[in-house]
This record gives sequence, structure tokens and C-alpha cells, in this order.
Amino acid sequence: MLRYILKRIVSMFITLWVVVTITFFLMHAIPGDPFTNEKKIPEEIMANLKHKYGLDQPLIVQYGKYLQNLTKLDLGISLKYKSRSVNDMIKEGFPQSAKLGLTASVFGISLGILLGIIASLNHKGFWDYFVIFIAIVGVSVPNFVFSSLFQYVFGVKLGWLPVARWGTPIHVILPAAALGFRLIAFQARMMRTSMLDILGQDYIKTAKSKGLTRSKVTRKHAIRNAILPVITILGPLLAGMLTGTFVVEKIFAIPGLGKFYIQSIQQNDYTVIMGTTVFYSAVLVFMIFLVDIAYGMVDPRIRLDEGQ
Amino acid sequence: MEQEIKLDKSMFEIVGKDVSKSMEITRPSMTYWQDAWRRLKENPVAIVALVLLILMFLMAAFGPYLQPYDYAEQDFMSINNGPSGAHWFGTDPLGRDIFVRAWMGARVSLLIAVVTAFINFTIGVFYGGVSGYRGGVIDNFMMRFIDVIFSIPSMLWIILLMVVMGSGIQTMILALSITGWGGMARLVRGQVLQLREMEFVMAAKTLGADSKRIIIKHLIPNSMGPIIINLTFAIPGAIFTEAFLSYIGLGLPVPTASWGTLANDGAQVLLVYPYQLFFPSMLISITMLGFNLLGDGLRDALDPKLRT
Repeated sequence: MLRYILKRIVSMFITLWVVVTITFFLMHAIPGDPFTNEKKIPEEIMANLKHKYGLDQPLIVQYGKYLQNLTKLDLGISLKYKSRSVNDMIKEGFPQSAKLGLTASVFGISLGILLGIIASLNHKGFWDYFVIFIAIVGVSVPNFVFSSLFQYVFGVKLGWLPVARWGTPIHVILPAAALGFRLIAFQARMMRTSMLDILGQDYIKTAKSKGLTRSKVTRKHAIRNAILPVITILGPLLAGMLTGTFVVEKIFAIPGLGKFYIQSIQQNDYTVIMGTTVFYSAVLVFMIFLVDIAYGMVDPRIRLDEGQ
Repeated sequence: MEQEIKLDKSMFEIVGKDVSKSMEITRPSMTYWQDAWRRLKENPVAIVALVLLILMFLMAAFGPYLQPYDYAEQDFMSINNGPSGAHWFGTDPLGRDIFVRAWMGARVSLLIAVVTAFINFTIGVFYGGVSGYRGGVIDNFMMRFIDVIFSIPSMLWIILLMVVMGSGIQTMILALSITGWGGMARLVRGQVLQLREMEFVMAAKTLGADSKRIIIKHLIPNSMGPIIINLTFAIPGAIFTEAFLSYIGLGLPVPTASWGTLANDGAQVLLVYPYQLFFPSMLISITMLGFNLLGDGLRDALDPKLRT
């Protein structure tokens, strides 16, 4: 297990290095320079500007410097808001995004698993078809549609919840619901399939014939085993959550990192785009690492496979 | 239990052996595809989805001609008109007819989705086929490469590429093609790894077939089921990505209409004129629903083992 974790940590850093390198050279492949969009600037000032951001040096030197700064966790300064560093933006925005993302995850995963269990216990019954319906709709409807719909129905028409903005816990409900819906859909479907598979296994029959109650068989034998595959798809789902926050934050005017990211894209603020991408990649790669480790701990079969 | 069973010779009669009858074919033999089609036809949900998608494509082709407006034509005498006999889906803040724009948008969105799905299919099948068939060091290297590149969500790569290349239909297709083939390559590799150990491949080798022939004639046709299923799910993914990019302002330049840009335009005036977001969202959702349901149906039809 320890060897596996070490191996994963090394591959995590290699992955990050590749991502940083590709991102860096992609961003520097943009024709022209970041200042050409602004009003005409005299030669000397232009030279000074470039010098300030180190853009007058050869690309490879800039790359080395960027890597060097990264080891100190310094992601650079915004090109548009000269006094703000990317680190500041992340410090300001990420906690908000994390709050939204975590709420949506907890809500989505627990409700999804619950729905999946209900569906499997009611195989081919009303609730089963109901859950299948929810799952298909949740996968097919883009989250910006859900966001707008929730905003319109619960915010404007019914007036139950605030339409937008951020701050109190009540502001989290609508965006988290909109963001978590896809998660519910995926988890419910996965859990249902997994449960149906497990419920057909021989050891469930054994448990039943031993005289255990239905609820005990479900809780102790079926759910515990069925939940394993649900953990594996958490990695890709977290990635989906991340891109989901971009849209949801924009619609609900939440001052999270996604909003900064979209803003920097619209303003061609290259250092912020680069820094945020690197940061997002680091967070994601780390999360997937955690999911893998968790999976390895929960399922002994995986440990054996990796030991080879 | 102890009941005695009386058997008498008179209860039996000699039927004899009829060689011609035992060789008789009682049912017409069916190819894999005929069999799959038969199973698909029996699935009403999949057929409804198929009909829905055909309608969608037909409307994308002919829809814009059902109304006498041009998709870019502005009419300041009728701005923000609700749905009516003159404008079936209403008009937008520039007085453009949303019905015509929605179907022009369908052309763009479906074109992007189908073309990128096809390119991803080609790259993925080639890459996965080579990786799986060669095996060993080459396979290991090719798969590590995919692991590293696709460990961060492709959406981040797509956003970076769109920032670098600028917006437009071609650049969007290019960005989606560069980033979308990882899943297909993994799938094809897995299939090929499994199939290449099978007896019919050994037979082909013994008969002197070279690698190219084995891959093209044996391995790929036999993996076609899962590949088609993957393709069916890839198309709604691309539609969603296009809508997402246009929604965050990285999409297509004005006045080009796509479902994403229409949804983005509609979202700006959601609180006052909800119908402007409703129609494009509905079309996106129906199409994605159609592909998802058809994909489910195809999975049941092409790969009965996976049926749940």
C-alpha cells in the first residue's frame, strides 16, 4: 500500500509538470502580446511593461522562471489588475467555490445513493422508473438550464429563495441544487445498477436463507458492497463539478474562483488563465489521488491487483 | 417420495433417425447487426428517441425555410415579441426570429457534435487499436500519455485551446477533436487486448494474415458494438460542450447562431422574457435526451451481456 501511494505521488507530480508545461507554451503561442489590445502605448513604456513581466526574455528563460516561482507556490501577477496576484484571487475565490462545490457534492452524492437504493429495492416498480427518469433528465439537461430554471421558478415566480448573490447559507441552496443535479443523476444510476448486481449474488441468498431480515441484508450485505463502484466514478464527477461551477457561479453572481476564471478568459488575462488552470489541475489531480487511495483502502481486491 | 413409477414398453415408440431433419435450419440465420436491430425495434423508448433525433435533424435541415425570416435579419419594429402566429418562438432583443435562429443553431450545434464525434472516433480507434495490438512498451507508453493528458478535465484544455486559437466553428471543432479521443482510445484498446487473445485471431494469423488485416478485418469490427455505444454518448457530450463554451462567452462570433449562443442570449433577459431561454434550452435538452436514450437502447441491443 505504501509503495502504491508513493508511486501515485510521483506520477501526480509528473502529471502536474506536464500540465504546467503544456499550459505555459500554449499560452505563449498566442500571436502578439497581451498588451496589444489596449490603447496605443509608446515604445519605451511598452518595453518597460514587457520588462516588468519578464516578457522580453527568451521563452525558455521565462519558462524556467515560471517553474521556479511555482515551487514557491507563486502563480504570478494579473496583467489586467496590476496590483493583484493570482494567489490573492485564488485565496479570495476558492473558498466560495469550495463551499458551493462541497454542498453540491454532499447533497448530490447522498441523495443520488439514496435514490439508487430505493430504485433497486423497488426493481421495475414505480420508484424504479421514477429514478431512471430523474437520472436520464439529470444527464441530458445542461446545468445552465437547471440554474436558470431554478432561478426563475424558485426565485422569481415563487419567491421562496434569493435569485442570486452570495453570503448567507440560504444563498447556497439554489446554486448547490443546480450543480448537484447531475451528480444525483449519475450516482443514482450507478448505485441502482450496482445494487441490482449485488442483490443477485449468491451470498445475498445465503444471508436471506440464514433468516436475516430484509433490512439487515440490505444494510449489512448489499449496500456495503454496492457502494464500491460508486466511489470510483467520483473522480470524473468531481471534474464535472469543477466546470459546472464556472457556469453556476456566473449565473448566480457568486464571487468564486470560477467567476474570476471566466472573467480572465473574457479579458485575455493570460497569467490569471494560466495560474487558475494550474491551480485547478493541482486540486483535481490531488482529489483523484485521494479517491484512488480511499478506494484502495475500502476494497481489498484492488490492493492485490496493484501489488503486482 | 417412494411412489413407484411404472414404465411400460408400450408407452414408447421408435422414432428413428432422420438425418435430413437434424440438418434442417429451423430459423433464418441472423447476423449480429440484424439481431441487434431486432432487439432495438422491441425497445419502444429507443425507437421514440430515434424518431425524435431524425425529426431534429430534418428540422435542422428544413426548419429555417418554414418562416420567411433570415437568421441575422434585425427588425426593430418587433423586438422581444412573445411566441405568436407571426413568430412561432418569438423574437429576441434585436427583433430576430427565434424559430429560424433555433434551427440555424441546430445546424451549427449538430454539425460540431457529429464532426467532432467522428474525428474522435477515427483518432481513438487508430490510437487504441495500435496500442492494444502492439502491447508491451509501446502500449505502456501510449497509455501513460493518455493518463497524463486526460487526468485534468478536457474542458480545461478546450478552454485553453479556444483562448489560444480564437472563437469560431472550425476552431471549436479542432479544440474538441484534439481533446476528446481519450475515452474512445481507452475503450478500443481494452477491446483489442481482449479480442487479440481469441482463437479466431490465432486462426487468422495461422492463415497468414498480417497485423493490418487482423486489426482492420477482425479486431475493429468485433469491437464495433461498444464503439457505437460510446459514439452515441459522445455526441450529446459535444453538444453540451459547445453550449457550455458559448455560454461562457468562448463560443461562436455574432451573428452565428448555435444552441449555446442562443441560450446565452436568452439568459441575459431570462427574468423578463423567459421564453427566449426556454426554446433553445428545450431543443438542447431534447436532443441530449434523445442521444442518451438511444445510447441506452443500443447498449441493450448491441451488448446484451451488459443489460441491467
